[in-house]
Amino acid sequence: MNDSDLSVHGQAALTEGSPYEIPSRKLTMWLFLISDAVTFGAFLYVYGYIRVATPDWKRPFETGSIVNVMIMTFILLTSGLTMLGAVEASKSGHKTKTMRFMAGTVALGLLFTALHVREWFGLFSRNITLSSGLFGQAFFTITGLHLLHVIGGVIALVVVARGYWRDSLTPGHVESTGLYWHFVDLVWMFVVPLVHLTNIGRS
Amino acid sequence: MALARRSENVIKKYLPVYFALLAISAIEVLLAYRNIAMPMLVAMYLALAIFGATLSVMYFMHLADEHRSLFLSLIPAAIFVLLLMNAIWSDSLRLLHMRPFAH
Repeated sequence: MNDSDLSVHGQAALTEGSPYEIPSRKLTMWLFLISDAVTFGAFLYVYGYIRVATPDWKRPFETGSIVNVMIMTFILLTSGLTMLGAVEASKSGHKTKTMRFMAGTVALGLLFTALHVREWFGLFSRNITLSSGLFGQAFFTITGLHLLHVIGGVIALVVVARGYWRDSLTPGHVESTGLYWHFVDLVWMFVVPLVHLTNIGRS
Repeated sequence: MALARRSENVIKKYLPVYFALLAISAIEVLLAYRNIAMPMLVAMYLALAIFGATLSVMYFMHLADEHRSLFLSLIPAAIFVLLLMNAIWSDSLRLLHMRPFAH
């Protein structure tokens, strides 16, 4: 690097391009998601560990709960689609459309949260709580961590949508938030079969 | 106008993946009500969930469109760490035979 390089290329000549050809914001989000995937993986392994080691495992779910979980799954997958719409609309520079898609995603996220809380209260009414035994501990820890991610995602969507509308944030921010939202969706694909569907009560 | 259509078309483009993910969820529920031994059921669930997650990562999260080096840096490392956690099963099965949590 010499003075002539600097004069020709400016400060950009001092830094190398990303080896992945993506903005650092996006790379950071990917790294966070991978570490978060390992965190969820560890929780699911712990769940599997105590499930295997416990002969009289409680199976509290009935068909009503499973229908509720299926509706929640449908809502979360659909919110992934609206999030894709928001990302693409922001890349195309359509602010109003981006806001509509993001509002739809937030609404679906809130609906998912409400159904999740309803599911929890259904279990509370049957004396299944965080302190009622191994099933309660495992179930509420895993679904609680996931619900925390959903609520965090909804807050992030609102903040990013507000910033994007006011031109303080870019389509890149919308895309990074979208990556996070799809990850929340992805984790749910493991939580439903392993934590809900393997715990349906047999009469 | 063309740009406005673009975002709609992109959603249409991803509809097959969306319906595939819904179908995977429906299959999982159907399996839950079949008389399948638990180890086999868990294996089937994991296979379906991994397939769904792959679709989601590659198409919804656009990893398929990114530079190959990003995929090679992230995914094998994550899979490796997750596979290492399988070391717990021998201890878990030992506990099952000791039945420490049985009432």
